[in-house]
Amino acid sequence: MIAALFLAFAAAAPRPVLLWHAYRAAEEDALIQLVDRFNAEQGDYRAELLALPYDAFASKLTSAVPTGHGPDLFIFAQERIGGWARQSYLQPLDGEAKAGEFPSTALQAVTFEGHVYAMPLALKSVALYRNRALVPEAPRTSDELIAMATKLTDPARGKYGLAYPVSDFFFHAAFLTGFGGRLFDEPAHKLVIDTPEAVRALTLVRSLALEKRLIPEEPTGTLVTAVFNSGDAAMAINGPWFAGEIHGVDYAVSPLPIISETGLPMRPLLSVEAALISARAREPEGAKRLARYLVSRDAAVLRALVGRQVVATSAAYDDPRVGNDPLLSAFRAQAEVALPADNTPQMGAVWEPEKRALASVLSGGASPADALAQAQRRLTAITRAAPPEKSPWPYLAALAAGLLGLGFLARRKLRGGGGDLPVTALSRGTLRAYAYVAPAFISILVLVALPFAAGMGLSFFHHGEGHYTFIGLQNFIDILASRDYRISEPMSFYFTLGVTLLWTLANVTFHVGIGLFLALLLRDPLLRFKGVYRVLLIVPWAVPNYITALVWKGMFHRQFGAISALLVAFGLSPISWFTRFSTAFAANVVTNTWLGFPFMMVVALGALQSIPQDLYEAAEVDGASRWAQFRHITLPLLRPALLPAVILGSVWTFNMFNIIYLVSGGDPGGSTDILVSEAYRWAFQRNEQFGFAAAYSTLIFFFLLGYSALTRKLSREPGLESA
Amino acid sequence: MSSGSGVRAAWQTALLHCALVLICFLTLYPVLWVVGLALDPAQGMAQGRLWPLPAHPSLQSFGELLGTQDAAGHFLFLRQLANSLVVASLTTLVGLCASMTAAYAMSRFSFPGRKLGLTALLATQMFPATMMSVPLYAILNSMHLLNTLSGLVLVYATTAVPFCVWMLKGYFDTIPRDLEEAALLDGATHAQIFTRVVLPLARPALAVTALFSFMTAWNEFILAATFLDDAARFTLPVALQRFVGEYKTEWGHFAAGALLVSAPVMAVFFALQRHLVGGLTAGGVKG
Repeated sequence: MIAALFLAFAAAAPRPVLLWHAYRAAEEDALIQLVDRFNAEQGDYRAELLALPYDAFASKLTSAVPTGHGPDLFIFAQERIGGWARQSYLQPLDGEAKAGEFPSTALQAVTFEGHVYAMPLALKSVALYRNRALVPEAPRTSDELIAMATKLTDPARGKYGLAYPVSDFFFHAAFLTGFGGRLFDEPAHKLVIDTPEAVRALTLVRSLALEKRLIPEEPTGTLVTAVFNSGDAAMAINGPWFAGEIHGVDYAVSPLPIISETGLPMRPLLSVEAALISARAREPEGAKRLARYLVSRDAAVLRALVGRQVVATSAAYDDPRVGNDPLLSAFRAQAEVALPADNTPQMGAVWEPEKRALASVLSGGASPADALAQAQRRLTAITRAAPPEKSPWPYLAALAAGLLGLGFLARRKLRGGGGDLPVTALSRGTLRAYAYVAPAFISILVLVALPFAAGMGLSFFHHGEGHYTFIGLQNFIDILASRDYRISEPMSFYFTLGVTLLWTLANVTFHVGIGLFLALLLRDPLLRFKGVYRVLLIVPWAVPNYITALVWKGMFHRQFGAISALLVAFGLSPISWFTRFSTAFAANVVTNTWLGFPFMMVVALGALQSIPQDLYEAAEVDGASRWAQFRHITLPLLRPALLPAVILGSVWTFNMFNIIYLVSGGDPGGSTDILVSEAYRWAFQRNEQFGFAAAYSTLIFFFLLGYSALTRKLSREPGLESA
Repeated sequence: MSSGSGVRAAWQTALLHCALVLICFLTLYPVLWVVGLALDPAQGMAQGRLWPLPAHPSLQSFGELLGTQDAAGHFLFLRQLANSLVVASLTTLVGLCASMTAAYAMSRFSFPGRKLGLTALLATQMFPATMMSVPLYAILNSMHLLNTLSGLVLVYATTAVPFCVWMLKGYFDTIPRDLEEAALLDGATHAQIFTRVVLPLARPALAVTALFSFMTAWNEFILAATFLDDAARFTLPVALQRFVGEYKTEWGHFAAGALLVSAPVMAVFFALQRHLVGGLTAGGVKG
C-alpha cells in the first residue's frame, strides 16, 4: 500500500476531482468505498468527496457553479437538469451514456432537448410494500387491493389496510397515471391539472381515505413508518429508502397494481439520481472518468449490495446477488413501467397546486372537481407568461435623477445637522463619532447593503428559464393590482398582507407579554433556584427550531397528536388543526410563541436592570400597590431598553416564514402563508421567478420601513427623552 | 438589596415555585419529545399518547453521533463542535466590539447622519434574507473569504450588529450622563470613560447582546453550508442538517444532535445570566 502510494507520487501527483453529494448512511458508505477503489485503481485523478445537507445542496450549487468554485461532478435527481442546462451549468454527456446500458426510462429522464446531461445512477420510484403476515399475496388490481385493505381495516382499533402520504403528489401521481391521466399537454408542453382522469383518480383516493377510511388521517412520512412498523398498517406505498426503516416486520415489495376501472398499470413518478458534470469543471476528463466508473457494472453491483440502491446500470442485474434480490428486482420492475419525472423547468410549478388540491380534498373534504379547478387556476397564476421587455433607459434616468435629488437633500441636511459649519471643518467630536461607528457601518455596507441593492435591482427583471429580461415596474404592477385573484381570496397580495399583519401582531404581543411576565417573576434576587428556572426557560431558544417545530406539528396531529390525546383525556373531541384558517393560524402562533418568548424574557431581564431600585423603595414607602409600581415605574422606564427589541422583533416576525413552512405549510389552501413565504415560493418553487420574488421582497421592505417610521413618530425616538 | 416586592409570606413563595415549576414543565414538554426521539428513534413524532419518553431508551443515537470519524480517523463531531465554538465566540466578540462603539456614539454624540444611521440599521433587517445569499457569495468570493471561518464570522457578526447596536443604544440612553461628566472633570479620557464607566454599567445589556450574537452564529446552517467547502470546517448545524435527507430523516441522530447542540448554549447563558441579576444599579457604581 505504502509502496503503491510512493509510486503514485513518484509518477505525477494525481489531479483532484471534486464530487459533491447529499447521500447518507449506506448509500454514502457505498460511495466512499467506490471512490477509494477509483483512487487506488488509477493514478491520474484523485476523487474527493464533499457530503452536503440536502436542504442546502441546490442553493450552494446555484451560487458556486457560476463562480467556478463548484464541484467537477455532483449527484442530483434529474428534476433540475432542464433549468441547469438552460443556464449552462452542465456539460452534455452525449455518447458517454449509451442506450441499452440503462433502462430507456432512465435515459429519457436525463435527456433534455436532445442532449444527455447525466449518468443515471439510481432509480427512485414508489412501489407497494406489504406486511406478509397480513397480506400473503400481492394484489394485482386496485379492486383486489381495496378488498384486502378493507378486511384489514378497523379504525377503532387503529388498524389500517394502507398507508402513504396522500397529500404528496409524488405518491399520488401513480393513481393519476393509472386512470390514464397526464401531466402535460403536448406538443405545447404545458402543465395541465384539471383533467377528467385527474378527477377520477382523486375521487378514488378520496373514497379510500374518507369513506372507507383505509388510510390513517394526516399520514406524514414518519407516521407511515410508525404504523407499518407496529403492524397497524398492512400495506404501504413507499420508495426503496423505506426498506431501511422497517424493523421487526416481515415484508415484501411488488409493483403497484392495475387500476381495475381502466385496466392500466399505476405508473409512479420515476426520479433518477444521476452524476452531472459542471460546465465549469476544472477536470472535465477526470469527472467523466469518475462518472463512467460509478455506473460501471462492478461499481453498480457494489452500490446495489452495500448502498441498497436500485441501480440504473442494467448489467448489474446479471449478478445473481443483485438480480435475485427481491427488493431490488421489484423496484427495478416498477421503474420500467414508471413515468420519468419531467426534467424541464416547467415541472417545478406542479407540486404546490397539486399539494393544495390533494390536501383540500383529503383532509378538508372539498370535491375533487372543485379542488382541481382551483389548482388549475393557481397553476395559471404561478406560471405567468413573461411580461414584454422594456427599455431600461427611462428607468436609469429616473434613478440618476432620484440619486441626485437625494444627494442634494443629504447635503442640506448635513449642513443643517452640523450647524452652519462647512463639511470640511468637521468637529473633533463628529470625527470621533464617525470613528466609533465606522467598523459596524463599513461591514454592513459591504455585506448587507450591496447584496440588498442587487436584490432590489432584480425586482425590475423577469427571470424565466435562465434568462433575465428588463420589464420595468411590471412585477410590482402585477402584485399590487392582484392580477390573478380577487382581493378577498387567500392568494391575493392584500389577503396575505392582512395575514402577515395579524401574524406579527399576535406573535409580538405574546412574546412580549409572556417574556415580560416571566422576567418579572424571575428578577427577584432572593428567589431560590432562579438561575435554574431561567436556564430551563430559554431551552426553546437553544434547541434547533427545525426539530422542535416539527415536534409541535406532531403534537397537533388530529389522530395521533399529544394535544388530541389531552383533549380526549378531558372528554373533548380532537381538532383537525390544519383544515381551517383559524385553527391552522393558531397552531402556527402557538409554536412561534413557544419559540420566541425566551428571547424576549432575556431582553426584559436585562432591561429591568436599567430601572433604579430606589424608585421602588420610594414607592413602597409611599404605599404604592405593586400594580401601581408596575404601571408607573416599571412600564415607562422599561420602554427605552425594551422598545428596540419590540421593533426589531416585529420586523423579524414579519419575515419569519420557516415556522409557517414547517407547521401549517400554508394550509388550508395557502391561507396561512405570509408575504415572505410568497417571496420564497416565487423564487424556489415556481420556476425560479427571482424577479417576482425580489419585487415581493422590495414591497416587504418598503412596508416595514413605513411601519418603523410610524412607530418612531408614535414613540419619538426611543430613549432620547429619558436620557 | 430590596427586590421591590417587600417581604413575601412563605405560602406566597411556595405558590410562586409551584407556578414556575408548572411553567417550566409546559415549556420543556415539546423538548421531552425530542429527548424521546433521541432515546428511541423508532418512536414517531405523533404516537397518540401524552408521555413522550420511550419505554426502552437507548443511547445508541448519541454513540453513533459522537463516534463518527472521517476518512483520516478524526472524530468529526468534536472537530465540528470546535468549529462552531470558534465561530460563535468570534462572532460574539467581533459583533460586540463593533456594536458597542457604534451604540455609544449613537447614544452620546450628536453628529450628522446619526438618525439616518439608526434607521439604516433597522432597514437592514427588513429585506428578506432569501434573496441575498447569491450576491453575498459573490462578494465573499471577491474578498477571498469563501471556505474560511473568518468569512463566516464576518457575515454572522454583521447580521447581529443591527440588533446589538439598537439594544445597547437603548440601554446606554438610560445610564445617567452625570457619571461621565464627573469622570471627564476628573481628567478621564473618552476611551477611559467608555471602558471604565459606561461598559460596566451596561453589563445586563452586554450579556443580552452577547447571547444574541452567539445564537446568531450557533444555529445557522444554510450560509455555512453554502460558504464552506470542507467537511472539517463545517459547523455543527451543517453536520446536523445532513440527517435530513431528500426522502427520509434520521430523527434519532437529528434529535440527539439537537440536544447536544443546545447544551453549550445553556452553559453560555448560565455563565452570562449572573450579569442580568439585580443589584448593579445606577446608584451603585463599581468597576
